[in-house]
Amino acid sequence: MDVRVPTMPYDVAFLSASAWGSHDVSHVCDATRRGVFADASLRARSAFLIGGDWMHASQVEKNEETTLQKEVLLEVEDLRIYFELGRQKVAKAVDGVSFTIHKGETVALVGESGSGKSITSLSIMRLVPMPPGKLVSGSVKLNDREILTLPEKKMREVRGNEIGMIFQEPMTSLDPVFTIGNQIMESLLHHQGLKRKEAKNKAIDLLKLVGIANAEKVVDEYPHQLSGGMRQRVMIAIAMSNNPKLLIADEPTTALDVTVQAQILKLMLKMKEEFNSSILLITHDMGVVAETADRVLVMYGGQIVEEAAVKELFLNPKHPYTKALLKTMPSLDQNVDRLPSIPGSVPPAHSFPQGCRFAERCEFAFDQCKQQLPELINVTDAHKARCHLYSGFGGGSIV
Amino acid sequence: MEIKNLKTYFPTRGSKIGKKNYLKAVDDVSLTIYKGETLGIVGESGSGKSTLGRTILQLVKPTEGSIIFEDNHLENLSGQTLQSFRNQMQMVFQDPFGSLNPRMKIGNIIEEPIKLQMKLSRAERKNRVKELIQKVGLSEEALNKYPHEFSGGQRQRIGIARALSINPKFIIADEPVSALDVSIQSQVLNLMMDLQEEFNLTYLFISHDLSVVKHISDRVAVMYLGRIVEIATKESLYENPLHPYTKALLSAIPVVNFEEKREEIPISGELPSNTNPPVGCAFHTRCPFAMEKCKNERPLLKVVNHNQQVACFLHDSEHKVTSETSETKKELVES
Repeated sequence: MDVRVPTMPYDVAFLSASAWGSHDVSHVCDATRRGVFADASLRARSAFLIGGDWMHASQVEKNEETTLQKEVLLEVEDLRIYFELGRQKVAKAVDGVSFTIHKGETVALVGESGSGKSITSLSIMRLVPMPPGKLVSGSVKLNDREILTLPEKKMREVRGNEIGMIFQEPMTSLDPVFTIGNQIMESLLHHQGLKRKEAKNKAIDLLKLVGIANAEKVVDEYPHQLSGGMRQRVMIAIAMSNNPKLLIADEPTTALDVTVQAQILKLMLKMKEEFNSSILLITHDMGVVAETADRVLVMYGGQIVEEAAVKELFLNPKHPYTKALLKTMPSLDQNVDRLPSIPGSVPPAHSFPQGCRFAERCEFAFDQCKQQLPELINVTDAHKARCHLYSGFGGGSIV
Repeated sequence: MEIKNLKTYFPTRGSKIGKKNYLKAVDDVSLTIYKGETLGIVGESGSGKSTLGRTILQLVKPTEGSIIFEDNHLENLSGQTLQSFRNQMQMVFQDPFGSLNPRMKIGNIIEEPIKLQMKLSRAERKNRVKELIQKVGLSEEALNKYPHEFSGGQRQRIGIARALSINPKFIIADEPVSALDVSIQSQVLNLMMDLQEEFNLTYLFISHDLSVVKHISDRVAVMYLGRIVEIATKESLYENPLHPYTKALLSAIPVVNFEEKREEIPISGELPSNTNPPVGCAFHTRCPFAMEKCKNERPLLKVVNHNQQVACFLHDSEHKVTSETSETKKELVES
């Protein structure tokens, strides 16, 4: 009877998420997160029961040393994830997203709520519940291996092992009924095949590494006994426990106070150096982007509208949306009476206009913009923008 | 509006008879808010800024201290008389999703306070609602819709329209833009500033976001563990922060700046618990400049220069030094 336990978890999580019948994308995501973590604890116990059954598989991918800085780690191509909302309404949450992450690089994915940034990150982990989600097209390659088509069992070896993830809410992403130690040990037991005692020692080491003062005590405490910042540190410890090559951080500091936010961001960068991994940072805070990222992807309406190195993007933004976004940030250095603002709001994902998705709010929009969706094109060598102003139609009037 | 030595304590669980434990949410706060100004209140979560706002409106009864609004002591009022003051003060809440009744139409939501507080005929009320909805930048059609049909920014506009409906003089805005995206944030901030000018409103603007507060406020108070540690005009607070906590807060904000590295004031750890705040200066456990004195004595808010007050021993001595030197200078000049 016990043997059946490990085969079901993820499916159960997804089933329960979709069984709610919720067609609201964000609800489903939350449900998935909760589901996944409930499942994770189930797995922790079963992993212990079954013993070495899954363990050896984890050794296969124990990585080769990174040799070149510019080596490609993750390659996402033409990713499209739609959600069926019933009555022939389809929400194009992610609509043709392509990007690469190099080894050792920190890439920021910025955008407003509803721009599809979280779904993009979840789909790399294959945590988007399907249905109601639908993978229309796309490929995600980690170290040249396609992971979108991996069987679920293999995928489980990727999650938490090769890719670690930190979620936004440190309150809900830890399981309240297991101790901190248990939750860190879980992935160690699963992926590295350590003995329980070894795993516990490693968990204590990890807690020390993420800057938790009395790690020996905290390891036996429950999540509710910790503050938000400490919980996020624990999340980082869990995510880093198997030296992942890629760390996905979905709004890791949004729920935290500024002073704690600064500490957590510093810690993430330190861990990146220590483990020589890459980071995909999802955020809406341009200040955070400027201080942490190497390269930036700006998302709007399910698509990437601009891509550039961080300095280039801030000093020389090309897409009108990026320009406007940078201008609307209230800043500490400047004194203005009125903040410039972008009129209107993001179009809902189920009724995008036919042309450029930003056209309605864009001050430079011309006829072409309303009719034809622009392509993401190279403006300069390492700077891409999805805008007709640069595609020859508008004659580059604002370049 | 004047607030004197305001204290709001909440009894905590497990307190024994005769010896109660309290969570000191607001601990001895004194403030003056002038007519027509915007006073910003910043602080981390748990610093007591929201409780302060609620106590001023008498949504929470203060434990001690007084709130004086146009020469009337609000803390002694109740029932009818309190009601009559409440309509001069309104609140805009943080969560645009939770603060509007999902089963009421927008028109009714805005009309409700008018019905309760103002003696207007049905037609007059309807007209007023129409006027208000246009003032906050929404169309009249919005009145027949329900809250779920609106985005966060639009809902916040509705919340503002509701607050304005009975012509208040004073509005407490508790994190009104923190749930919104940046591009929407600036729309709402601009709206609030326009309305302030048009109706001659006074704002108490509570936020954790220093850059937003800077944008909208005339003066800013920084709270830490229920106390005000620094209060100053916007210019002097941001250009010349005096309290180590204010400095740390300012340096912790991530900014877009590739040219120069800012001075960093590292503070470690997190906000201590309100039920058992550190003795002496509440900030000494995290302060890089903490002295022996800070652990024993609690610094009081002192005037440092004519637009800045700070509660820190560092500036006690500095203040003396500078005033002494200015005195000697004066003497020199005189001689």
